[in-house]
Amino acid sequence: MSAKEWRKLFPILDQEVNGKPLVYLDSAATSQKPIQVIEALDKYYKEYNSNVHRGVHTLGTRATDGYEGAREKVRRFIGAKSTQEIIFTRGTTTAINTVARSYGNANLAEGDEIVITPMEHHSNIIPWQQVAKTTGATLKYIPLQPDGTIDLADVENTVTEHTKIVSVMQVSNVLGTINPIKEIAAIAHKNGAIMVVDGAQSTPHMKVDVQDLDCDFFAFSAHKMCGPTGIGVLYGKKALLNKMEPVEFGGEMIDFVGLQESTWKELPWKFEGGTPIIAGAIGLGAAIDFLEEIGLDNILKLEHELADYALERLSELEGVTIFGPKERAGLVTFNLNDVHPHDVATVLDSEGIAVRAGHHCAQPLMKWLDVTATARASFYLYNTKDDVDAFLKGLTTAKEYFGHVF
Amino acid sequence: MSSNLDQLYRQVIMDHYKNPRNKGVLEDGALTINMNNPTCGDRIQLTLKVEDGKIESAKFDGEGCSISLASASMMTQAVKGLSVEEAIKLANIFYDMMLGNDYDDETIDLGDIEALQGVSKFPARIKCATLAWKAMEQGVGKKEEE
Repeated sequence: MSAKEWRKLFPILDQEVNGKPLVYLDSAATSQKPIQVIEALDKYYKEYNSNVHRGVHTLGTRATDGYEGAREKVRRFIGAKSTQEIIFTRGTTTAINTVARSYGNANLAEGDEIVITPMEHHSNIIPWQQVAKTTGATLKYIPLQPDGTIDLADVENTVTEHTKIVSVMQVSNVLGTINPIKEIAAIAHKNGAIMVVDGAQSTPHMKVDVQDLDCDFFAFSAHKMCGPTGIGVLYGKKALLNKMEPVEFGGEMIDFVGLQESTWKELPWKFEGGTPIIAGAIGLGAAIDFLEEIGLDNILKLEHELADYALERLSELEGVTIFGPKERAGLVTFNLNDVHPHDVATVLDSEGIAVRAGHHCAQPLMKWLDVTATARASFYLYNTKDDVDAFLKGLTTAKEYFGHVF
Repeated sequence: MSSNLDQLYRQVIMDHYKNPRNKGVLEDGALTINMNNPTCGDRIQLTLKVEDGKIESAKFDGEGCSISLASASMMTQAVKGLSVEEAIKLANIFYDMMLGNDYDDETIDLGDIEALQGVSKFPARIKCATLAWKAMEQGVGKKEEE
């Protein structure tokens, strides 16, 4: 199947926006959903919606099988050893917060360090700021190279024997930088720290193998990889998860409840308090089936082609500033002369083209880039060269439109 | 190019964007309000001089898109000389205009502000246009509390 045929599997793309065919270039914010995922959700609600892990009735069993079956798909998809290491969360943010609140608050103290980078998404900054405030630990940043990459020598210099946690994104949602996670994890471990990975922007696009990366925690969201919103995954090494306390308490996560004391279920359920995100997990499972059928290698190849083509065409357009390194994931962040990215995005939207404009939940990175905001076009498996052409045509229109102002 | 877009980016808006009125900071005991639009990173610093319930002068500084900066420029022009009560009334008229509701254009002269009417067709941009007005409201509210 070619990209044009993949595209047909996404019903939402077959529409006009502002009188023009929709060109969706905002998949780094959230991806569109293929018909297979939409139908899996529909089927769950129409045929076997029921609570899991409790009812003895038939629907309850089917729902439990669907929910736990999705966990096994996730395990295989990211190469985890055991389904006990796969915890369903609300998304990447909740996953990182779980590690911060459970592991971070219990294991860090004054004098300890947490190491992150200035390119992180807010969801991989603020949880650590909070741990630092609570425990008295210090939050440190690995400096970035001028092109927005990480030099391992800087990791060596920043991570010390006092470092307890290193947390880095695998792919930058702004720069597109692909970070050397395996190497950073090795440096973290050499210093006795654990390695946390924000995989929100990598998991949808490239093969992830948590055992090969040797990370201790890995977080990602379903909605950026063709799945539904409201569900994500926290992977954690079993030995660590076993020692950690849950952060949410209530139904579903308990073993025995007494008047004064309670005990928890075994992994992974002790971290899944309350009725879980059943439909979401089933939708994520369908998304994984879909991505595996297409093949992540094919997706990565297409995105590289599109990003290269977009970069080449953009460099022909005068007045465009491109942010990020040459070697990058399938997204391009840019600014057009002095035109504010909001204004660029509004003109593009009037042509049916959806891009992101703003700070991309990365205010420290915006500061590092010395801009208040940028525009971003991000690609996924349903995008084509025609989309890139439409995007460039839209940018030319924006440039002409604001040309009389500047 | 759609006519909606031309309505959004009217000449007078672009003029305020390019040549902002009252850009800068008022010193000497002026009220200072800092406000962000956290979804997009726009930020405004508004300084107001309010004496005897009247806005003597207003200046703004900050970063943002054409709509937010033009709106700030127009706002500082419009509220100068108004009583606090009138300024709040004008803000509410402006919000009505942004929401596409009927608005009162008879009791207060809207001047350049009316050029921003086209923003109501672009829901994603309304917050850009209202940022400076929200800052002004907060500022005069602070004064009232004193």
